[in-house]
Amino acid sequence: MSAIGTSGADEAHPLLGKPVRRIEDRALLMGRGRYVDDLPVDRRTLHAHIVRSPHAHAIIARIDAAPALACAGIHAVITGEDVRRLTDPFLVAVKERIPQWALAVGRVRYVGEPVALVLADNRYLAEDAAELIAVEYEPLPAVVDARAALATGAPLIHEEAGTNELSVRRFIYGDPDGAFAAADARVSTDIAYPRNSFTPIECFVVVAEYDIADDSYDAIANFQGPFSIHPVMARALRVPGTRLRLRTPADSGGSFGTKLAVFPHIVLMCIASRIAGRPVKWVEDRLEHLQAASTGPARIATAEAAVTREGRILALRFDAIEDYGAFLRAPMPGPLYRMHGASTGAYDVAHLAVTNRVVLTNTMPAGLIRGFGGPQHYLALERLVQRIAAELNLDPLDVIRRNLVRDFPYRAAAGALYDSGDYARAVETAIGDGRLASLRQRQKEARAAGRPFGIGFAAVVEPGLSNMGYLSTLLTAEARERAGPKNGAVSLATVAIDPLGAVAVSADVPVEGQGHATVLAQIVADELGLSVEDVRVNLEIDTAKDAWSIASGTYSSRFAPGTAVAAHLAARRMRDRLAAIAAKQLNVLRDDIEFAGGKVRSRGNPDNALSFARVAGTAHWSPVLLPDDVPPSLRETASWSPPELEPPSPDDRINTSLTYGFVFDFCGVEIDPATFTARVDRYVTMHDAGRLINPMLADGQVRGAFVQGLAAALFEEFVYDENGAFLSGTFADYLVPTASEVPPLEILHIHSPSPLTPLGAKGLAEGNCMSVPACIANAIADALGIADVNLPATPKRLHALMAGPERPA
Amino acid sequence: MKPRPFDYLRPRSVDEAIEALAEHGDKARVLAGGQSLVAMLNFRLLAPQALIDIGGLEELDDIRRADGRLEIGAAVTQNRLLAEPGLARELPLLAAALPFVGHFQTRNRGTVCGSVAHADPSAEIPLVLAMLEGEVVLRSARGTRNAAADEFQRGMLATSRAPDELIVAVTLPLRTSKRVAFREVARRQGDFAIVAVAAMVEEECVRIGVGGIADRPAVRRIAARGESDIAQALDALALELGGYDDLHASARMRRDLLRRIGPIVVREALACAA
Repeated sequence: MSAIGTSGADEAHPLLGKPVRRIEDRALLMGRGRYVDDLPVDRRTLHAHIVRSPHAHAIIARIDAAPALACAGIHAVITGEDVRRLTDPFLVAVKERIPQWALAVGRVRYVGEPVALVLADNRYLAEDAAELIAVEYEPLPAVVDARAALATGAPLIHEEAGTNELSVRRFIYGDPDGAFAAADARVSTDIAYPRNSFTPIECFVVVAEYDIADDSYDAIANFQGPFSIHPVMARALRVPGTRLRLRTPADSGGSFGTKLAVFPHIVLMCIASRIAGRPVKWVEDRLEHLQAASTGPARIATAEAAVTREGRILALRFDAIEDYGAFLRAPMPGPLYRMHGASTGAYDVAHLAVTNRVVLTNTMPAGLIRGFGGPQHYLALERLVQRIAAELNLDPLDVIRRNLVRDFPYRAAAGALYDSGDYARAVETAIGDGRLASLRQRQKEARAAGRPFGIGFAAVVEPGLSNMGYLSTLLTAEARERAGPKNGAVSLATVAIDPLGAVAVSADVPVEGQGHATVLAQIVADELGLSVEDVRVNLEIDTAKDAWSIASGTYSSRFAPGTAVAAHLAARRMRDRLAAIAAKQLNVLRDDIEFAGGKVRSRGNPDNALSFARVAGTAHWSPVLLPDDVPPSLRETASWSPPELEPPSPDDRINTSLTYGFVFDFCGVEIDPATFTARVDRYVTMHDAGRLINPMLADGQVRGAFVQGLAAALFEEFVYDENGAFLSGTFADYLVPTASEVPPLEILHIHSPSPLTPLGAKGLAEGNCMSVPACIANAIADALGIADVNLPATPKRLHALMAGPERPA
Repeated sequence: MKPRPFDYLRPRSVDEAIEALAEHGDKARVLAGGQSLVAMLNFRLLAPQALIDIGGLEELDDIRRADGRLEIGAAVTQNRLLAEPGLARELPLLAAALPFVGHFQTRNRGTVCGSVAHADPSAEIPLVLAMLEGEVVLRSARGTRNAAADEFQRGMLATSRAPDELIVAVTLPLRTSKRVAFREVARRQGDFAIVAVAAMVEEECVRIGVGGIADRPAVRRIAARGESDIAQALDALALELGGYDDLHASARMRRDLLRRIGPIVVREALACAA
């Protein structure tokens, strides 16, 4: 394998590291995207509408659908009894008897829970008929707060489980008790990370059809993976995986993790089609999405540090209670374990204690969301670092500097293998060129004028490409032993060349808008001496025909360290094969072959050349001309499964991800004393994601994650009242920041290539989702001189902190 | 999020629209820009038997000047009014408040009279109408009447419009004094105001208009003698209006916003050259 430069293109890879423009955008800008809702459907297709629970917790005494069924254009009303008859409960990670189905069976447990499905000639008729379905509820007491759910006598979300606490695990690494006993000081902080999500422009869409001829289901949906959920769906439908053909569309209007949660609806529409004998289409609307699609889990946590007087952290303790809503939906409780190996973050801390509790409440079930456990964890850790500085009267930046990991590779206390980095240089580069000094000057001026102004910092280790085995850390070592090891993360990509030399690429990442097609074209074109335009990428996935694994999907920042590598390997193999074919015809050694400008030629004598198309055509038309060791196929599927992703060790150490990037942020936040509004005055973010394959797309990811981090810090929250009523069901209540609310962002990079990925690239799609809430919270704490900051730090919350007694201004 | 069935009526004239209203009464809703109404239909908060679409009526799509007043027809969009030449000179307060109404895209459809008809207590246009002592022109088979802003808007989403009455226009007396100011506090650009404050300098006093605290715009005159008088007057007004709690602000926060934004707006108005 030839060496690849650290940060930019080299002679052999002219496209790597280039800001190649997105090949996806022409269609999108012309309004020619192909989303599921745009695709033609069979004219017999029925349209589905979901009847949802108005109660947070209630027994379903009776459902009378007769008046709805009597309406013109109504074909069926499906209830939990049908679902129980035709499906099995969804598999979950925690082996408790809490069956969950695609519709509520017997009881509802959150506002918005699907109770019945109406199938009609169109959605209008379905919604009209839905109003006539009489559902008799017997309301029960509800609990929406995780701490209250743990209290004795709390209403049980699932009586069968006998508790709302589905899992508790305590982990000890090193000697935290000894370190705490010997420390100069102990500092602790409590955090509460809110329920929120990152809402895609396009909500869920499913079209499903049951084929009675061979008892199979065919569904197309804007599912994002992980495809470990495909077996969950197939098991629920009681068919082998080959009889659930799942396809994903050419375009999807964003996901940010949420489009995992379309899966129960895929199963629901599959059985609806079976019952109705017709294809069924369902388009989720915004009301449905906000109240019931999925949320990131809310976390209540205490973080505690044993420190020296100088602020050196000797040991850390985390006690987290994570609220997963009314059901633990696969692959939950992932957010509690995804960061586990890297619990100590950017800091060199040998002793660690972690307690993780999984709790259920009468709220919408949690699901995937960008950041996935990172925002929650780093809010606790980075608030703690700020508190250490405040309590020891130190500069928070000095506390960060004193504790940063310095030598790489680094094995963190809980098992993460930090592959590369230079955290100290990243920090010094970020604050350099007067960036921090000028911010401090602005702070001084604002404070002199009586305006609260704070500076916040956050240092974050950003995981990329999750170890599929990390979730098994929640089982005891003995239980893992019985179940057999789980680990790895298989990435797959296919390169094929047609008889005219046209190159096609497919891969295991459904489209959500990231620009993966562009990057795949860059990688493959580079290997084959072609241009980006010569490579056609199709990322529609068809589980019946395409290469996929349980790890497939667009999540966990797995593209750059995973799928991109598989594409690189497939292209490399294709190149070797074509080189062998060309060498025979050009009468040169294979090692003398190079690919450039659409030619396959002798490196020593570039005039001795064949066109790329000619070489490719040989394999199709003239197998007789092939060397004996070259098979006559121009289709290569490569898999990439890095050996570093080992199963959890018997002592619970787990390398949760393959790559670990570094993010260091600092910001200034001013709070307007007249409007109680926090305004980000300046925000600087430094990234080390190794080698950037396409720096323009990398910056796009950074900007997107920054805006969503800002949203979590200042705007977005799903709010329930104490009885479980849902209060943020529209975009007038659930506030997504718009362009006007987003401050300028200064993005910086350094490059420490990963030694563990052939391209040197690391995942970088989520870092700012993790760092920004903590960084802004730290700045607000600094501005107001307070110890506890509740997010989102809305004007209403800031007013409550700042108001004092009521009197004239 | 699909509306219940309704009849869609598209009258060719104001007379036809009024006939349709007379026939359907409170079973009908008038559709102009639809920026609030259509959402309420889709939420099934409203289920009228008929929608009477006046959006395309040319006779209502007009801005006129007569007798020292500006008359804005019921089909005039917010952006059309914002682009009206001379508006900043003739009605500087209106020109100052209009950019805060929704977003550019919603102003392209949303109408001036539609905002008045909707009567949201936080909305900018009803606040300006109250501040400037504007009138709402209502027509029915029974005749035409002009309702003063204060008498028209009765409370939260409530007006004195009779079921058979069509708002054909609002009229505003031209008030060219440049000594005006407008500010609002909202969570995001384009959101409904949590609190909106308008000020207009008059002889001896300042007229203050407040949206978002009570169930409809409140207009008061306060003496403008000194900072502390202004603060006292705004404090008294805040306590009088009370406010209400919602997801984005407590009643107390609304009162405090008036106490803090009010003096700034008054100062800005006083600082303007006449």
